[in-house]
Amino acid sequence: MRWFVTLLMLYGLAVVGVNSRGEASGGPAAGAAQPSDDAVYFVRDVLPVFNRAGCNNAKCHGSGGGQGGMKLSLFGARPDADYAQLAKTASSRRVDRVEPAKSLLLLKSTKKVPHKGGQRIKPGSADYRTLVRWIERGARRTEPGEPTLVSIEVQPKQLNAAMKHSQPITVTAVYSDKARRVVTADSRYLSTDGRVLTVDKAGRLTVTGYGEAHVVVNYMRQTALVKVTVPQKVAGKLSEMPVANGVDKAVNAQLKKLGIPASGGCSDAEFLRRVYLDTTGLLPTADQAREFLADKDPAKRRKLIDQLLDSPEFADRWALKWGDLLRIKSEYPSNLWPNAVQAYHHWVRDSIATNKPYDRFVREMLTSTGSNFRVPPANFYRALRKRDPQGFAEQTALVFMGARLSCARCHGHPTESWTLDDNAGMAAFFANVKFKKTQEWKEEIVYLQPWAQYKHPLTKQAVEPKPLGGAPMRVDRAGDTRVAFADWLTSKDNPWFARNISNRVWCWLMGRGIVHEPDDVRRTNPPSNPELLAYLEKELVDSDFDLKHVYRVILNSNTYQRSPMANAQNVWDDRQFSHYAVKRLPAEQMMDAINQVTETTDKFTSRVPEPYTVLPDGTRANQLADGSIGTSFLEMFGRPARSSAYESERCNEPSMRQALYMINAEQLEGKINRSPYLKRLSMNRDNTQVINHLYLSTLSRYPTAEEMAKLLEYIKEADDRKQAIKDICWAVMNTKEFLFNH
Amino acid sequence: MLDFYDKHLTRDCSGISRRAFMRIGAASVAGLTLADFFALRAMGNTADAPKAKSVIQLWMGGGPAHIDTFDPKPEAGEDYSGPYRKALETNVKGIRIGPLLPMLAKQADKYALIRSTTHFTNAHETATYMMQTGTEPDGELVYPTYGAVVALKKGRDAGYKGALPPYISVPNFIGRISANGFLDADLKPFTTGGDPNSKDFRVGGVVPPKGMTVERLEERRSLLKTVDSFARKLDENQSFEAMDSHQQKAYGLILGEAKKAFDLSQEPDAVRDRYGRNKFGQSCLLARRLVENGVPFITVNYGGWDTHKMHFEKMDKMLPVLDRGFAALLEDLSQRGLLDSTIVTWGGEFGRSPKVHREPPWNGGRQHFCHCFSTVVAGGGFQGGQVVGESDRRAENVRNRPVYPWDLTASIYELLGIDPAGKLPHPHGCVAYVTPSASGAVPSGGTLKEIM
Repeated sequence: MRWFVTLLMLYGLAVVGVNSRGEASGGPAAGAAQPSDDAVYFVRDVLPVFNRAGCNNAKCHGSGGGQGGMKLSLFGARPDADYAQLAKTASSRRVDRVEPAKSLLLLKSTKKVPHKGGQRIKPGSADYRTLVRWIERGARRTEPGEPTLVSIEVQPKQLNAAMKHSQPITVTAVYSDKARRVVTADSRYLSTDGRVLTVDKAGRLTVTGYGEAHVVVNYMRQTALVKVTVPQKVAGKLSEMPVANGVDKAVNAQLKKLGIPASGGCSDAEFLRRVYLDTTGLLPTADQAREFLADKDPAKRRKLIDQLLDSPEFADRWALKWGDLLRIKSEYPSNLWPNAVQAYHHWVRDSIATNKPYDRFVREMLTSTGSNFRVPPANFYRALRKRDPQGFAEQTALVFMGARLSCARCHGHPTESWTLDDNAGMAAFFANVKFKKTQEWKEEIVYLQPWAQYKHPLTKQAVEPKPLGGAPMRVDRAGDTRVAFADWLTSKDNPWFARNISNRVWCWLMGRGIVHEPDDVRRTNPPSNPELLAYLEKELVDSDFDLKHVYRVILNSNTYQRSPMANAQNVWDDRQFSHYAVKRLPAEQMMDAINQVTETTDKFTSRVPEPYTVLPDGTRANQLADGSIGTSFLEMFGRPARSSAYESERCNEPSMRQALYMINAEQLEGKINRSPYLKRLSMNRDNTQVINHLYLSTLSRYPTAEEMAKLLEYIKEADDRKQAIKDICWAVMNTKEFLFNH
Repeated sequence: MLDFYDKHLTRDCSGISRRAFMRIGAASVAGLTLADFFALRAMGNTADAPKAKSVIQLWMGGGPAHIDTFDPKPEAGEDYSGPYRKALETNVKGIRIGPLLPMLAKQADKYALIRSTTHFTNAHETATYMMQTGTEPDGELVYPTYGAVVALKKGRDAGYKGALPPYISVPNFIGRISANGFLDADLKPFTTGGDPNSKDFRVGGVVPPKGMTVERLEERRSLLKTVDSFARKLDENQSFEAMDSHQQKAYGLILGEAKKAFDLSQEPDAVRDRYGRNKFGQSCLLARRLVENGVPFITVNYGGWDTHKMHFEKMDKMLPVLDRGFAALLEDLSQRGLLDSTIVTWGGEFGRSPKVHREPPWNGGRQHFCHCFSTVVAGGGFQGGQVVGESDRRAENVRNRPVYPWDLTASIYELLGIDPAGKLPHPHGCVAYVTPSASGAVPSGGTLKEIM
């Protein structure tokens, strides 16, 4: 018997026993829609049986490689492939048209023969009878005049609800023959925010908290949303919230609707530190802080924003961000090599410094050809591990559209309708991109091979180029098919392009996207404030893709300039921007901040042997071009390895290693001990001045009276004054106020 | 039980295909894949308690010359052996190793030589990726090192409660690749930094910096409480809470007992001498102390093997250091009864060209060489005194029994009780496996069953 069990386990290690809900399912769920007519159609009737029984979910036969030798598409995304698996092979016994009851499909799913997945369908159940009838009638893929599923409709679409409200959702499938069938019991449901509402598998939603959230409904890869709004009851009227521009209008309208009072404005000191970090990645110096705090000009914030957006440090900081997205790195997995890294980074930084219109910036990358040394943007196609049309399409979709097309490669996105066909349609635009080496070490030419075709990975047929969510495109295959794609992508009415970058800039400055995460754009991940996103998108398009303009609009808004202090009624809110969300300094900013305060530097050397690189002393972490050049500090504080273009690869989570470093590292202690700044400061005998200066250079503010009193006392009581000043510096650098942008 | 299958669907990504299975069932032995070997092993084995608890990986970054270390070929002539014209007999009859490894020659009963390690790339970073992750670069998914996988499976997932991090690299990490791949950054190795041979060796962050006293640390801690007013005003912030909890743990490590594991001064001088008073030797000693403290995975990073030029001059200096440290580690672990539960591996990303490049600009160097090179495994369930595979008479080609990087890591996983066909968590829900190469898409020589 043990042998037998082992044998079973061997079978594809097909540990499938339970479905995603952790239970084996038998017949159809109560209320499953039954065919109203006598016909049994493969798509309309048979595939839903597999959905119900959990056969085609990602843990069973719907996983990338199938399970136990049988592979179904995830939730029935590819009926043709599923049909081929079940019934096409003449010798297959999965479907036995002569003796239907002996079909392996029935024997396995009812566990009349061993099935690693257990019994999924009860013999004699409605689902079982559906399968039998289909096989009896010849197990055909299609029937003449067969209706196809066109869409699903949900009821209600939108709902204003009070706390604890509970109600069912009804889902109706609409077919090409205008027939409508209720498919509530066969649909899958997901809440976009478990704190606002929950939904059970029968489609009943229950309100659990204030705010706004959606139920994502999925039936046979058709999706629909139910929007649920739960306003907070606040005593009296919400006080009027100040409006600086369209950002505030959109945000305040949403806050009013949801009954969330906004926090007040931030202080000048908070604004100063925040805007410096967000635009340049650097702290303001003590002098800059003192000057700004003393400035009486009511327009001083707007002026500072303009000044910072035009600073060279702005280009440094944002070239670093684009280096992450474009995966600029000498070594594994991008393998750009040092010369190309320098060329590419220089081009990116220059584009930002000159505020190149965003559409042109992207178009240059998508349509470039030539040497990786002489045509920097051509490196877009090189900074990938998977250098093939699919890889190019996935990187393009991810970075410029925020769409995770790569899921479709194996199994389709679990809650989006993109399939391998969509993936292939995008890949077809990039079929002509080829590479060749030259005599120069690590030089590579990106060139075009006209007429190259992209073959579908499964059907092996040539694929017509088709942009994501668009119609197939007639392109001149003798020319550059990428130009057709770039034209489509960067046009002003493209539904992805301006929207995605506006949302990203918002996320970069505010810490959370309106669509979150910003590189997970899909219909089933709706924006938390559609009007706000539309406004930013329009600002970008109307300014002819002036990206700095979008930064300027956001930075000048009252929403950006809010206090980080929550009030009792908005403390729960983390998606409507009622108060400023604090964010831990990213690795590079942390390093530059420590170095700036202590007036020390770090040494950056390249691990690539040739050409051996030692960056000039004083190079800031924000200026690093190459993801392969860094220090253990940067890795410890979560700088991304540029292994992928996902925003989430950068990790700003605290860890114990970081805590050990900040508390106790030899290196940090060394910086404090030999800091020219602290030495200079110690020569000033006036302790009040010393403490003021230390606070200005680290926290960009003066200490409170209470802090001053305590610290004066600390210095006075210390045996060693110099050491006491170092201790204070250490302590301030370990405060959350220092470690976070707030 | 028989089932039919479509032509292109014979393999599922969880590792075993029916066809492969049936082939084994039919007792066809030629051309087996790693997947097949898992299948065979699984049939014969019940779930024994894993033999190995820890791994010490001696990582020779740059690629050490196999012909000068564990696969000597004096008969191939001076064009190959260079000045190392004699091989050394070891304490196991029939096994010879390089002439500069006399101490290791006395420990040959404890280790197994794999003289047929092979893969496909002579580029440092891609080869490092393959050897460290046990996967072939394929597609866009960047895999974690097997150290990170062990840290996950034997550390976090196994409820590891040790005060020391589960994955430690001494003194630095190997560079060139990201350790955690698509796993959490939390699974990166902790690095000690510094030089364990130095009198001033202090593990970064754990042992207080020079001149820092426990009293002053405590004083600073209370000073921090005084000035951290912002945190008090802004309550209910999850990042703040996480940071506080990490800080508390960090103080626990700094002020507690666990850090003594890093204190080499607690070792008698004789022991320290035995390992060699150098960075590598003392790193090996530190690794042993970490194993004693229950750390599941330790990398000892000994670089400098990328000897395109001045090869023999460098070998003359480096091999005696290697010999002493590695031999002492094996002997010491064995004497303390730790070798049975500790896997020790030795090797780099590839070997070096057996033929000496005498022409300028190399003037007596060896180049990168991936076709055939040597690795060493010992302990934790690997049998000593064995040789796996064989190279040809010039150590240039695998003559029989190829061992691919994934064969090596899969064997180590098995001894640790980690299912090589198990899954790894992926942040976007991609399906990823501990040993994806087990799907049979790449060639394999099978796990090292002959020595396990």
